[in-house]
Amino acid sequence: MERLQSIQEFGQFQERLRAERKASMTTLVIPAGTCGQASGANGLVRIAKRELLGRKLTDRIQLRITGCHGFCEMEPSVLIEPQGTFYPKVDLSGMVRIIDAVARGQVVQDLLFVDSVSGTAIERQAEIPFFKKQVRALLSRNERVDPIRIHDYIENRGYATMARVLAEMKPEQVVGEVKASGLRGRGGAGFPTGLKWEMLAKQPNHREKFIICNADEGDPGAYMDRSVLEGNPHSIIEGMIIGAYATGATRGVLYVRNEYPLAIKHLIIALRQARELGLLGHHILGTDFSFDMDLVRGAGAFVCGEETALIRSIEGKMGEPRQRPPYPVQKGIDGKPTIVNNVETWANIPLLFELGAEKFTQVGSKKNAGTKIFSLVGKIKNTGLVEVPMGMTIGEIVYGIGGGPSTSAPIKAVQTGGPSGGCIPASKFDLPIDYESLKESGSIMGSGGMIVMDENTCMIDVARYFMKFLKDESCGKCFTCRKGTQRMYEILDDIAMGRGTLVQLDLLEELASIVNDTTMCALGQTAPNPVLSTLRYFREEYLEHIEHQRCPAHVCKALITYSVNEKCTGCGLCRRSCPSEAITGEKKELHQIDTSKCTKCGLCRSVCKFDAVTVI
Amino acid sequence: MIQLTINGLEVSVEEGMTVLEAARFFGFPIPTLCHMDGLNPYGACRLCVVEIGEGPGAKLVSSCTYPVEEGLRIRTTSSRVLKARKMILELLLASCPQSKTIQDLASAHAINQQRFRQEYEDCILCGRCVRMCEEQMAAKAIGFRGRGEKRSLGTPFDKNSEVCRQCGACIYVCPACELRCTSTTPEQAICGGCQNISPPCIEKEMFHDTMCYMDPCVACEIKKD
Repeated sequence: MERLQSIQEFGQFQERLRAERKASMTTLVIPAGTCGQASGANGLVRIAKRELLGRKLTDRIQLRITGCHGFCEMEPSVLIEPQGTFYPKVDLSGMVRIIDAVARGQVVQDLLFVDSVSGTAIERQAEIPFFKKQVRALLSRNERVDPIRIHDYIENRGYATMARVLAEMKPEQVVGEVKASGLRGRGGAGFPTGLKWEMLAKQPNHREKFIICNADEGDPGAYMDRSVLEGNPHSIIEGMIIGAYATGATRGVLYVRNEYPLAIKHLIIALRQARELGLLGHHILGTDFSFDMDLVRGAGAFVCGEETALIRSIEGKMGEPRQRPPYPVQKGIDGKPTIVNNVETWANIPLLFELGAEKFTQVGSKKNAGTKIFSLVGKIKNTGLVEVPMGMTIGEIVYGIGGGPSTSAPIKAVQTGGPSGGCIPASKFDLPIDYESLKESGSIMGSGGMIVMDENTCMIDVARYFMKFLKDESCGKCFTCRKGTQRMYEILDDIAMGRGTLVQLDLLEELASIVNDTTMCALGQTAPNPVLSTLRYFREEYLEHIEHQRCPAHVCKALITYSVNEKCTGCGLCRRSCPSEAITGEKKELHQIDTSKCTKCGLCRSVCKFDAVTVI
Repeated sequence: MIQLTINGLEVSVEEGMTVLEAARFFGFPIPTLCHMDGLNPYGACRLCVVEIGEGPGAKLVSSCTYPVEEGLRIRTTSSRVLKARKMILELLLASCPQSKTIQDLASAHAINQQRFRQEYEDCILCGRCVRMCEEQMAAKAIGFRGRGEKRSLGTPFDKNSEVCRQCGACIYVCPACELRCTSTTPEQAICGGCQNISPPCIEKEMFHDTMCYMDPCVACEIKKD
């Protein structure tokens, strides 16, 4: 590609691409992010290419392979543009039928999405409640671009915002606009982004200043950043170029966790293409402004998502947080001024400048402007990524968009903020999603994980799971964090095994508040949150475990017994499936489970067609 | 010079000092374990935590690593700090009970039992040996490996070190490498359990959660009238 020598040339290039674009041409859009590929999107892509080439349809139908659109429960899915027809869970033969129908301008009725509440089929994606109730400012862009084709991004007005900012605005004005928008960091702490940029801009102009994109998304169950990294890498690059211009940064670093190979691949390609066109590097688009960035891969440590540990990791040292002050904005990478922002924050920047600060504040609530992407997972019907305006209630997200519980068991609680967050019970689902409300109720916004739990989830098991995660991921420097998480896990394990005492419960609470107080970084400071929030709202479950050695949700293996009830027909399916050979019985006679051999894996209950296995 | 307030006392200190150095300079005792004069502060043991700020924004920070700031308000013995120190000492006793240093610290804070499952580790990962070897002996033969529970100390890949000069500095500075109390008679006992220092009572009016170590103290006696 020819390097663009000026902002004007860029504008002309963009206009030419837009004019050549066949916007009205029918396009098959197949989301093939990591989630899509895992569900089988690659097979659909293969079929699509085969059909389109073989039947010589390429002059009438285009194929666009994109990143994740968000409705992961329904993947592999296909979207037809410009009609907006949505086909969920498409298999290989279905794909052939769809292409056939599209070629004839028709719709395949029996493959359409069926709304579980009304029972009717919905043709257009925009009408499906899951999509309709969201405000997909960022995610909708994933549908329109193929992440490894920079031309797609530019055709969709990509980099135009950057060009306009470079041409028309001074760095101070850029910072001012971000401040006016009220954008808060999307990494979890919610620090005002404009303020952070202002602090970096104010640092006396060193030879080097850094801006970092924190793509170390470590929360279990969270993959919002992954969808933006894989699906729209250029939005992050554009955001960072604007940020560098505003703050005087000389170099950028994209710190991506190693467990995201597709994101890394797409970012490397995107960086290369941007450099080729002159959008990144020396004298961007012929201006005086030069800026470039490197990609650094993580090495598998959750703690490296913490900004000081991340900086040490970039420097090549062991990922350990350090005391702040001095803050990274004064002493960051190699002692130079540095700021760290989350992927979603950077992706919001081009959007912010496109809309203008005033319009940006109109979405969301007071002091919480804009949208937030949540990964809605767990016992929910519509699992996936949802983008909602700040201030929407939890209930609306869980029931309105999520579609309610995935089984007949009612929803008990929602866990937000990953291992640093807490559980919010169903009785508080009218709480709006914003930084302050979540903090007050004992949780945090975090990076946006939202795990839905029903009455078959044991809250002690949840607390223990997160404590185990934090115990393993703690860097180990602070004595209270390392030992504190270990001892808290020990106590939770005792409770789950039926060995817990009330004295230990008091000790747990005491230890939790000390760990919160005395550790140096946010990992330790928020480590007690899962324990404290489950104790606050679900104390009865703890007491049941301790006083009666009972697990009401039938989860804690040491406290439950599997047995066969009178509904048993003696079919023998459980006997044959049991991996521990713990079930005995004659054909057509009531079977029995030997509890000394039973490992409570639950296989018998899941294969039994007669609901004859009871767990108490 | 930087002006700040420690335990209600307005003091003037040099820039570049840590809160620990400033507090100790003015005679306020703060227990430490991983700190050692001559080595860079590390902030691992958390025993030196003090409370800074007031109101809802007050927090605990490790004084050995926190640089002095203009206008800082520090309290070295608030109830929050004391609770933290006691729990940390309980945790230390629960892991490494045989160390004299830890026993002395514990008894100095009136801790003589711990409520956790007893472990007998011989390293508390305070990092003194690592810093000693790197900073004072310029050998850098040992370091930390692993994360969390699995964090340990040793040479790279546990191979015999070519740069280790067997100087013994690491053993010299180790707080865990010491003997348990060996006797019941005071002259021969080495644990120092007989000393029992509780914190001072300055600012008793403003903060009703501190205790006095001078019992009876003149100020308290006067108030009784």
